[in-house]
Amino acid sequence: MSNATTIWIIVAAAVLTYLTRIGGHLVLSRLDRVHPRAEAALDAVPAAVLTTLVAPEAIQGGAPGLAALAVAALVALRFGLLPTFLAGGAVIVGLRLAGF
Amino acid sequence: MAGRTADMLGGARRSIPVIVAVAPFGLLYGALAVHGGLTIFQTVLMSVTIFAGASQLVGIELFGQTIAPWVIVLSIFAVNFRHVLYSAALGRRIASYSSLQKAIAFFFLTDPQYAEAEQAAEGGRAVSFAWYMGLAMPIYAFWIAEAAIGALFGGLIRDPHALGIDFLLPIYFLGLVMSFRKRPNWLPVVAASAAGSILAFRLVGSPWHVSIGALAGIAVGCLMGGGSAAALAVEGERV
Repeated sequence: MSNATTIWIIVAAAVLTYLTRIGGHLVLSRLDRVHPRAEAALDAVPAAVLTTLVAPEAIQGGAPGLAALAVAALVALRFGLLPTFLAGGAVIVGLRLAGF
Repeated sequence: MAGRTADMLGGARRSIPVIVAVAPFGLLYGALAVHGGLTIFQTVLMSVTIFAGASQLVGIELFGQTIAPWVIVLSIFAVNFRHVLYSAALGRRIASYSSLQKAIAFFFLTDPQYAEAEQAAEGGRAVSFAWYMGLAMPIYAFWIAEAAIGALFGGLIRDPHALGIDFLLPIYFLGLVMSFRKRPNWLPVVAASAAGSILAFRLVGSPWHVSIGALAGIAVGCLMGGGSAAALAVEGERV
């Protein structure tokens, strides 16, 4: 693939990515009023989208992956994001280095 | 002015855990990109202009194969399609921004940026433009620097799987999911989203499982309806 082609692919992908980031707002802002049901749908967005970035990985990550996610979920019940991430990360790195 | 500076510093403080969690990926991306045949300029250009880790990793995977350019562009678009949902939901939080400020803010709408903004709004704090950019700029700067460093010293990461680096991002995203656990309908939404994404992953394939699973969760949230999330802050100042 030539240098110019690669650059054009990157630029086109960047433009489309920006459209995904502004597009939802542009569509929604045309509505005069947001129905309470739509409001409830928007309230569900963070958990709904972020969960999809975890669930398929969880079933593919084997026992070490599940152990790391379980530990992270438990730590999250009491502590903030950084301790949660570091605890889960320590479990997965430790188990993988140990050969699991 | 003092308020604006304080807001910006407050946002910057919230960027620290994000930067720590994302750093391995920024480096891994840079390393894999040059390994896959991209120049250092192309590698960094992707981080500067696209600024979306998962889609960048998908992109460099495809650059290495003989695939039509439009298929690569479409694949990156598909991976990033979830941002449409963030975008729709974030509008309520940044209604006070000028059009130009909105246009700028949406460029920086990554997963952690969105999650932090939602949490700030949930905690009853105003998501000011200064705060938003104070959060966004360090994340962006580190993301670009990591691409360059990864590209220059790519050989250092030999086996991401053995080190567990490939699994750090799901752990981080789980932490974000957990931080919204006091929202109405959280558990049913998460359950529907998890089931939907796993089924779609098996039946339809990646990356469509993200949009399909998300819609399943959002449909459940919509059907169950219920109270405003604004009063139900969870995390607030916890880092």
